[in-house]
Amino acid sequence: MSIATGRTQETGQGIGQSLLRPDGTLKVTGEFAYSSDLWLDGMLWGATLRSPHPSAWIRSIDVGPALKVPGVFAVLTHEDVPGEKFYGLEHKDQPVLAIDQVRYQGEPIALVAADHPETARRAADLIEVVYEVREAVTDPRKAAFDLTIPPVSVHGNLVRHQPVRVGGTFTADVVVTGEYEVGMQDQAFLGPESGLAVPAEDGGVDLYIATQWLHVDQDQIAPCLNLPKDKVRLTLAGVGGAFGAREDLSMQIHASMLALRTGKPVKFVYGREESFFGHVHRHPAWMRYEHGADRDGKLVYVKAEIVLDGGAYTSSSPAVVGNAASLGVGPYEVPNVFIDAYGTYTNNPPCGAMRGFGAVQACYAYESQMDRLAEACGLSPVEIRVRNAVSQGSLLATGQVIDTPAPLADMLRELDAMPLPGPSSLDLRELPGGVAQTTHGEGVRRGIGYGVGIKNICFSEGFDDYSTARVRVELLGDEPHVLVHTAAAEVGQGLIMVKTQIAQTELGIDRVTIVPADTTVGSAGSSSASRQSYVTGGAVRAASLAVKERLDALTADGRSLTQVLAEEGPVEETREYRHRRTFPMDPLTGQGDSHTQLALCVHRAVVDVDVELGLIKVVELAAVQDVGKILNPLALEGQIHGGTAQGLGLALMEEIQVRDGKVLNPSFTDYLIPTILDMPPMKLSILENPDPHAPYGLRGAGEPPTLSSTPAIAAAVRAATGLPLSRVPIRPDDIALAVLA
Amino acid sequence: MTTLTVNGTEYPLDLADPRVTLLDALRDRLDLTGTKKGCDQGACGACTVLCDGRRILACLTLAAQCDGREITTIEGLESHPLQDAFVRHDAFQCGYCTSGQIMSAVALLGENRAGTDADIREYMSGNLCRCGAYSNIVAAVREVARHA
Ligand code: FES
Ligand code: FES
Repeated sequence: MSIATGRTQETGQGIGQSLLRPDGTLKVTGEFAYSSDLWLDGMLWGATLRSPHPSAWIRSIDVGPALKVPGVFAVLTHEDVPGEKFYGLEHKDQPVLAIDQVRYQGEPIALVAADHPETARRAADLIEVVYEVREAVTDPRKAAFDLTIPPVSVHGNLVRHQPVRVGGTFTADVVVTGEYEVGMQDQAFLGPESGLAVPAEDGGVDLYIATQWLHVDQDQIAPCLNLPKDKVRLTLAGVGGAFGAREDLSMQIHASMLALRTGKPVKFVYGREESFFGHVHRHPAWMRYEHGADRDGKLVYVKAEIVLDGGAYTSSSPAVVGNAASLGVGPYEVPNVFIDAYGTYTNNPPCGAMRGFGAVQACYAYESQMDRLAEACGLSPVEIRVRNAVSQGSLLATGQVIDTPAPLADMLRELDAMPLPGPSSLDLRELPGGVAQTTHGEGVRRGIGYGVGIKNICFSEGFDDYSTARVRVELLGDEPHVLVHTAAAEVGQGLIMVKTQIAQTELGIDRVTIVPADTTVGSAGSSSASRQSYVTGGAVRAASLAVKERLDALTADGRSLTQVLAEEGPVEETREYRHRRTFPMDPLTGQGDSHTQLALCVHRAVVDVDVELGLIKVVELAAVQDVGKILNPLALEGQIHGGTAQGLGLALMEEIQVRDGKVLNPSFTDYLIPTILDMPPMKLSILENPDPHAPYGLRGAGEPPTLSSTPAIAAAVRAATGLPLSRVPIRPDDIALAVLA
Repeated sequence: MTTLTVNGTEYPLDLADPRVTLLDALRDRLDLTGTKKGCDQGACGACTVLCDGRRILACLTLAAQCDGREITTIEGLESHPLQDAFVRHDAFQCGYCTSGQIMSAVALLGENRAGTDADIREYMSGNLCRCGAYSNIVAAVREVARHA
């Protein structure tokens, strides 16, 4: 297949250009309507009663007191769910509303609709639930392996066990081992869950919702409402960030139930605290690794045990486990592999999709190991990675051949050659602790670290992963105009530009309008797995080319495009696009071509650490990423900055702290995310080695930087402190107390 | 009866419950939804507005406290150069933090505190951006500050 380079329009449009966000003006004037901004006269407000206990039997629920509150229109429990009582992405194991028991703190039990949000909330508090509290199962390492532990889920306590087995040599001259932990990270999108359900005259419901995948929502909602799918119509409302947290349902079914029951529109808006209970998180992980190498640092084998805590329900845990297993040795050539990756059920908060999806946790561990190996072999961190780096033609641990460019060694050398920042000035703002004046430079040490990550792009393991696009060319005010309609969710990643640019490029028409995403067009799949430019981009391109072919035929007689459109009417085509097929991993050996595309990113971090107080200032982050083809330079840089920032958060501050199954810090005052002061300037080098299988040769870009930034920062802090630091996020105590000792 | 003056318009407001925050009053009663609620706890900056030219967090301010004061929200900016700079520098992704960022930056310029990048970072540090558009936010503010 040849690679289309894309004709760039003279107007500076089309792919490869930094087309600005078509929704940008609305966003800077406050006019852009996020899901939380929707309003209909006469609408009601929904509220959710949630379990205070991580594990309990429900002995009774009395909604009477809530129903008596003036202004309350409905109070619903599981008995009011009109259809199927359970939903879920991979297994339908999550109750719409708790039935007889709760399995995690925050599990929804009852719903209220009232004429004011405060009324709804107060009424929910009046619902009387009698619980019989059980001991919560909270240790994932015990849950799955100790048969005396009671099963949390109907499936037992093991979500998935995925082994990877290659070769049989597990001895080597140089052996390094380590145990690593990754805390539970939250996506913490800034716009909490919200949506508006409107009852329709045909008995159905129209739902305006911030989500990542309209059709998978529809697939899950309709059976629970006992409605045919065409009576559950979804339209994407403005999305205030997603990062995986909107892949599972939150209030979609709840709002619809209340709207159908009351016959009125019902709006839900979660508060920040509720948001911490309203979506799944990144799986915390416990990982044990052993790397064996020869004296030159060439890897002989990797053994790993990876335990990922999925919490109370399945969500997307099986796929997360698959990623951790298949990418568990990283982008290195390893002739012998022995991995066991487990996902577990516990009474901890449910975990599922977050940017990087299973690859993040493993990356932190294997990169920490590569640094240990470098030290043991007397090599630099860059050299050890270069010596083991994959390239085109290498085998992954799954036996899959990397059949597209993967110039990791070159990327590392390029990163290494980037100039380093000078010493920090004594401007307090550049020192750890900042204007809190905790140091004027004394006790501050600098460290440099490297991290490498490999991420699968698009859905893997045999999933039928596709997108649909409808492209129409018509006359608008006497000029040709393109309408692009897909169900793909713009969540801030800039897909709206990419779709516009592709239509411009393929049709040669500048004026493009993106039709709002809804379920009246076929599925686009999820805005996750860095897949939309690839898959929805591919669909828009295919539909545009089909339209172009018809237009070319029509204009072949010498008529102008405008003339043709005036005489023949609009020309419209709909196309589905699928990426190369993938295959399941063998359940015993993990072998199989499970991924369709792989993307690499490498990071270098420079940090200053106040070793006495454990305060850290990230001075600079540099990255090299291969994206195959740059579609929009400005938006791409934004993705790399953003992914890097979330990796920095995981390295240094972000953790949902859970004790006995209860979340201790569900607020932005206690769950910290990086501010503008925490995120340093970045140096970027973006490579374009095309993947011939992907549209324009592009490679998904949003996730890889989230992988490699975390281990790079952790390595830099280790270099500055000399401490082993085997857990992220690194807390000040981990440094200060260790230094004291 | 409280009178809120928002973007030059006076709105009489019946605050039967005096605990209504300025943020809820703007969003739910005056239909000015450009100001966002990210946390309702003073921790994210999404609700930043100007009160008599100073930036405040609308979620931590009671509407009743604003009687007789001039409130400016994102809807009250008239093609401010920062708005254009935010678009050109792609200083946002999802845009949910953007109203707050821009209002904060408007005040920052007024405070004459945008001298260096370090200044901009320091004085914009109350506004979280989960999409991580920070470098471009600095670039947008810097550009407008230089040309101010
Ligand atoms: S909503 Fe006011 S600071 Fe977050
Ligand atoms: S642009 Fe999404 S939070 Fe700032």
